[in-house]
Amino acid sequence: MVLKSSSERSLSALVNLDQGFVSRELYVNPDIYQQELEQIYARAWLFVGHESMVPNPGDFVQSRMGEESVLLVRDHKRKLHVFLNTCRHRGNKVCRYDDGNTRLFTCSFHGWSYDSDGKLVGVPHYKTAFHEELDKSALGLHEVAQMCDLNGSIWATWDRNAPSFEDYLGEFEPSIRHCFDATDGTENGAQLLLPIQKFRIPTNWKFAAFSFDGDALHGTTTHRSLGVFITEGLSVMADENSRPEPVVERGGPFGRTLELSSRELGHGNHQSLYERPIDQIPYVPSWEKHEPPEVEEYYRRSWEKRGKKFAGQYLHGRGGAHVFPNINVQDDRHLLWHPHGVGMTESWRIFPLDKDAPEIVREATLRYALRSCGPSGVTESDDMENWNYAMEASSGTIARRLDYPFQSGLGHAYADERVPGIAVNQLSAEENQRSRLRRWVQFMEAGSWDELYPKKRER
Amino acid sequence: MAIDTREQAIDRLLLAREIEEFLYNEAELLDERRYSDWIELVADDVHYHMPIRRNVKFGEWDRENSRAGTEVSWFDEDKLSLVGRVRQLETGLHWCEEPASRVRHIVSNVQVVHAAGDEVQARCRFVVYKNRVQDHEDLFIGKREDLLRRDPITGWKIAKRTIILDQNVLLAKDMNILF
Repeated sequence: MVLKSSSERSLSALVNLDQGFVSRELYVNPDIYQQELEQIYARAWLFVGHESMVPNPGDFVQSRMGEESVLLVRDHKRKLHVFLNTCRHRGNKVCRYDDGNTRLFTCSFHGWSYDSDGKLVGVPHYKTAFHEELDKSALGLHEVAQMCDLNGSIWATWDRNAPSFEDYLGEFEPSIRHCFDATDGTENGAQLLLPIQKFRIPTNWKFAAFSFDGDALHGTTTHRSLGVFITEGLSVMADENSRPEPVVERGGPFGRTLELSSRELGHGNHQSLYERPIDQIPYVPSWEKHEPPEVEEYYRRSWEKRGKKFAGQYLHGRGGAHVFPNINVQDDRHLLWHPHGVGMTESWRIFPLDKDAPEIVREATLRYALRSCGPSGVTESDDMENWNYAMEASSGTIARRLDYPFQSGLGHAYADERVPGIAVNQLSAEENQRSRLRRWVQFMEAGSWDELYPKKRER
Repeated sequence: MAIDTREQAIDRLLLAREIEEFLYNEAELLDERRYSDWIELVADDVHYHMPIRRNVKFGEWDRENSRAGTEVSWFDEDKLSLVGRVRQLETGLHWCEEPASRVRHIVSNVQVVHAAGDEVQARCRFVVYKNRVQDHEDLFIGKREDLLRRDPITGWKIAKRTIILDQNVLLAKDMNILF
């Protein structure tokens, strides 16, 4: 791709990850942003929702892929669908509710109506105005090319040539799959709560999406004010980033937290890689003294049960990851960063809970998550401020001529036989960000999935 | 509804005026950044809740505002976490409020809904204007429902506060101010 507005510099000239430099144009240039919508969001696998959001026939939830509204629907035969939320007649949204249950999606413009499986079933004046000549079978709701239900979580892509979602995740498939287990390892044991927290950050989506779970170094500065929660006896509320030990060396008594990066696919996370297998790692109490003891007890039992399930492994079974391009799946929350213009991100927070946990545990867990996360959370609000002004102060004519260095830990990644195929680096490395940016360049330059996923042919 | 005697009417007016005065003073403390004084007005058993507003079908109004405890909200706080928030605002290191925003709480339409014993249910409308750094503006408009309890030292304490914000997608990047 060649930039119209940036003196004909090609994309690869804007990104030099071997040296650890990236042009600010990637984050501020409107032409690049438009290309991202085509090259990335129209082709990549994207998170849509979860089975638990639509448990009954006719249930729907309005979600989003890239800039566009989609509907996750369970039809009357209990099958799940993901549809573009647009009437096939004149394009009006067929649904403006956030979630609910319906027999039909009826457009409020000319009254075209669609069954929950997407078929166009009602066209007013079909006989008198259309002379029964309109081919209704060709005008159902536009459905995604592929959908995947991974352990209860729903993902979709508009590209029929994309590899399977499991292949798309590669080495990070287990981390993502197990994040939708209950905390004790029970398969598909998580429920994702509604409503979704949705909010707008005046920043490019990549500032948030590429740094989350890839930028441990921001914690001690950005989240410095969280220290007060420890002195107030609210240490759980304090993000682990605000703990006093140096970020480079962080870790519990049984192993360090490290940065784990996909070598080819752009996914990655921060996770403890233990020195002993997980079944030999005792539970570390982590709940506040004022919380009901049942909460601590529940998570202790869950940890022990999960240890048995994943006996012999060195990762703790969950841990989540950034899934390229724009979601971070975590143990306690899922963070989506939807593109909403070159300088605006619509961010979503979705909170998971164990389906079968007692009410007292569910309430305490949700309360903690809400206080910490999102725009009203004591942790993330300071991230929004920094991403906002990073965008503003990178956009000027002079400012955008500069490059961002991504050099922390550059050249220091290593292999560890316990996590095959994954590049391991110290927590403070910016390896995950380099990995995402490398994948970003591939998406932006590739003409098709054949170039993006050559493995598909080998397998 | 029985018609008040003149005496009852005067009692009602005095109570309404007293509640208004309390709410205006509270707004003054927040706008002047006297957070430590403000937290003194909050009862130890407070529940401070701001639901998310759903777009729902006609007639499904009971689903419109998310429920505390079981559904996702913007705020679902107790005294301990509000104290933490106040301390955080006073560190000077809470970057989304440093430099401090210019915040104004406009409180109006104050009504005493119910009074019994030492507790009063009151409701009001609010316009909270936030202006920060150079040109950043946020406007938070909505309705507040308060349960106020008589207190020998502060006059009243906030025992319960429900903040009904009139937004679906939050049009602000953060919302770490007090309502």
